Amino acid sequence: MSVLIKGGRIIDPSEGLDQVGNVLIEEGIIKSYPKTTAKFEKDPNVEVIDARGKIVAPGFVDIHVHLREPGFEHKETIRTGCDSAAAGGFTTIVCMPNTNPVNDNASVTEYILLKARTEGKVNVFPIGAITKGEEGESLAQIGEMFEAGCVGVSDDGMPVMNSKVMRHAMEYVKAFGIPVISHAEDKNLSGHGVMNEGEVSTLLGLEGIPCASEDVMVSRDITVAELTGAHLHICHVSTAGSVRLIRAAKKRGVHVTAEVTPHHFTLTDEAVNQYDTHAKMNPPLRSEVDRKAVIKGIKDGTIDVIATDHAPHSEDEKKVEFDLAPFGIVGLETALPLSLKLVEDGVLTLSQLISKLTDAPSSILNLNKGTIKQGAAADVVVFDPKKKIKVDREKFHSKAKNTPFDGWELKGEVSHTIVDGRIVYSA
Amino acid sequence: MDFERKHILGLQELSAEEITLILDTAESMKEVSERDVKKVPALRGVTVCNLFYEPSTRTRSSFEIAEKRLSADVLNFTLSHSSVTKGETLLDTARNLEAMGASIIVIRHPMSGAPWLLAKELDSSIINAGDGSHEHPSQALLDLFTIREIKGKIEGLKVVVVGDILHSRVARSNIWGLLRLGAEVRVVGPPTLIPGYIENINVRTYYNLEDAIKGADVVIMLRIQMERQDSEFFPSLREYSRFYGLTRDKLVLADKDVTVMHPGPINRGIELSSDIADDAGSVILDQVSNGIAVRMAMFYLLASAGRTA
Amino acid sequence: MDSRSISRTVLRITNEILERNKGASDLVIIGVRTRGVHLAERIRNAIKKLEGIEPPLGTLDITLYRDDLRRKTEWPKVEKTEIGFSVEDKVVILVDDVVYTGRTTRAAIEEIMDFGRPSSIQLAVLVDRGHRELPIQPDYAGCGVDTLSTEKVRVHLKEKDGNDEVLILQG
Repeated sequence: MSVLIKGGRIIDPSEGLDQVGNVLIEEGIIKSYPKTTAKFEKDPNVEVIDARGKIVAPGFVDIHVHLREPGFEHKETIRTGCDSAAAGGFTTIVCMPNTNPVNDNASVTEYILLKARTEGKVNVFPIGAITKGEEGESLAQIGEMFEAGCVGVSDDGMPVMNSKVMRHAMEYVKAFGIPVISHAEDKNLSGHGVMNEGEVSTLLGLEGIPCASEDVMVSRDITVAELTGAHLHICHVSTAGSVRLIRAAKKRGVHVTAEVTPHHFTLTDEAVNQYDTHAKMNPPLRSEVDRKAVIKGIKDGTIDVIATDHAPHSEDEKKVEFDLAPFGIVGLETALPLSLKLVEDGVLTLSQLISKLTDAPSSILNLNKGTIKQGAAADVVVFDPKKKIKVDREKFHSKAKNTPFDGWELKGEVSHTIVDGRIVYSA
Repeated sequence: MDFERKHILGLQELSAEEITLILDTAESMKEVSERDVKKVPALRGVTVCNLFYEPSTRTRSSFEIAEKRLSADVLNFTLSHSSVTKGETLLDTARNLEAMGASIIVIRHPMSGAPWLLAKELDSSIINAGDGSHEHPSQALLDLFTIREIKGKIEGLKVVVVGDILHSRVARSNIWGLLRLGAEVRVVGPPTLIPGYIENINVRTYYNLEDAIKGADVVIMLRIQMERQDSEFFPSLREYSRFYGLTRDKLVLADKDVTVMHPGPINRGIELSSDIADDAGSVILDQVSNGIAVRMAMFYLLASAGRTA
Repeated sequence: MDSRSISRTVLRITNEILERNKGASDLVIIGVRTRGVHLAERIRNAIKKLEGIEPPLGTLDITLYRDDLRRKTEWPKVEKTEIGFSVEDKVVILVDDVVYTGRTTRAAIEEIMDFGRPSSIQLAVLVDRGHRELPIQPDYAGCGVDTLSTEKVRVHLKEKDGNDEVLILQG
């Protein structure tokens, strides 16, 4: 089956391409950009997608997703996570190792890849743990996991508190050319905090996680990265302090990259409001000052990519006292419309935004995705950036519905998602 | 005016008029407690459930007596709450109570926000008897009632709250109530226990007790929670009482008719020196009967037309 | 009724009370808030003039004893009940401005019983407008008026409203 995407505005930042045209997909790869379409439209073996008025881009790449399998299948499975990704326009996702058992050795890595191959409709790349069991004490089987297919290491969900362990990890990964992906948080400063420390937390009587908790660890990570020469990638940046530190480090030539989630550039801690557990995640939603600083960081390139930190939880788990609710919200199916607001608000051009969702994340992990140049795997997304939508969590393809954006009126809808030339999602 | 609320969860959302209505109603309720037959049929046939996830003899008994004086039927549940034990969730427990006929649930819980969860998900009226570090409306209302009784008014009074503001729900509720009724509020304690953000709501913060207490009309002493004494927030009780314990010689800096209050039980020699503790102790006893009257008023106003059972 | 007739009526009721109870020795007077209290005061003053005795006076707020408490759409404000004397073995003269369905009187009786056991309770009202829903009758009534249940009877007293009069208002 071949696919012809007709008449769309093709934006491929990896090639500097932005023009109206046609894309022909054959045998799972991008075959060509035909000038005329008549002969393909007559061919019964060609499926034609009318993309006029829409954007045609490389399928999005999310380098921070929690698929919960193995171990937490009641929240999400690899299958449902991939369904959710496809509905959000993502053709490649990278999953974190805080599963049960933790992905800290090759057999878990292989399990995940096997499941993904047989049940996942989008490309899945696993991240291996930095330390055994994510306990922060001794290195996990990094080399073995790399050979099995891991594209980076992270203890996401936890920081590596011991700087010496982090140093060893950063030195060790140089043999494999993969980055250390850091969940930067000083657990001691965070204490039992459940939301941003500020006026809102004080009035709600909830223990707060100060911005300093993230800033301190970002600073530590950057310093150790400088010492070791490793590639450091910082997850879910949320504070003005982090942005400042990363900006300065990049200026100095440190090999550091950073990501931000859509909820961190959209919401503040005011969203916690009446103890809404759908506004509870780690790092927490911060103040307006931090939000604005994060947006500035997106604009000036301090923050390289947008990654959702898609963290599914079942409804029962969230319908409890705020202190007891698990951290995290889903993000794959709201990422596009929330991110398009950055274009609407003049923070990024459409092409810059697409880059942050495609070739930029791909290059951080050397995934060879995020492009639709000729010969590349046919991972494509077609979307209408102007289409008005109302977020309806009941319609999510994810098993989980934990989002603070339910009912929001936004713009941007995926119409088709194509992986290896197969249409895996259509609206 | 009418009391339009379905729940009493905190003082932050109440207006000055609503607070005054509760206090005025409490006056009438106080008289009932002075009769021989301390019972009126106002809440007859209404089932009230006391759902206490923290042990508390005083508050629970006070609520229970208030409920019984209004002729309500009372169910008592004292549960232990540990995030480690996998017991029934709060929502499931509360739903069961509702199914048993409870139309008002009084909840005390160690985590901030628990009453809001119930208010959102259940049909019953919810009264917050203390949630985590957040609010304790009935305690603040009875403090306001007592202050009004002694001083004749609240507006314009200089009130100082002393101690662990950071973890105190009594402090937060009192601050809201006092601000709404026009008092000038100051807080003082060790810097580690005074959240800076409290200045945003027009409360002056002090770290020095002598400075804070100058000219004060009312001093509210908070309990030092011994459970928190893991030397995280201050080095020792000895140091705490040296700098923040109230003694006669510090008290002279306040107004000559100053009233000292304490939500009880007092840690003698730490928060208050023994002699002041005796004075404060007599106010505490008044507060016991005021507490019942205030809680009766809360139930009465909440149980209005068609809103319960 | 106007001011003069109200004064005469209060005097007549007072005399009837004294006649039936053979004086004022065991009497206590309890007025039902709000206007019953003013009438009770007038009766007490009249007794003082006639007998030289001033019987104890109490005020009763029946709100907490109403049988329709949870049905009302406006939540009635509770005022204070003040009965600073014992009712044990006393003759209680219960005073109200109007008796209508009889439910207010029932609530008042129940509340008084919670204070003790009087030897008797006698009801004195200025206006009996009929339409009883309970078996309750005044012992002393100023006047009886035939009314429709759609009408309202308003008693104005100088102490509270500035002048004395009884009005019947439509709908």
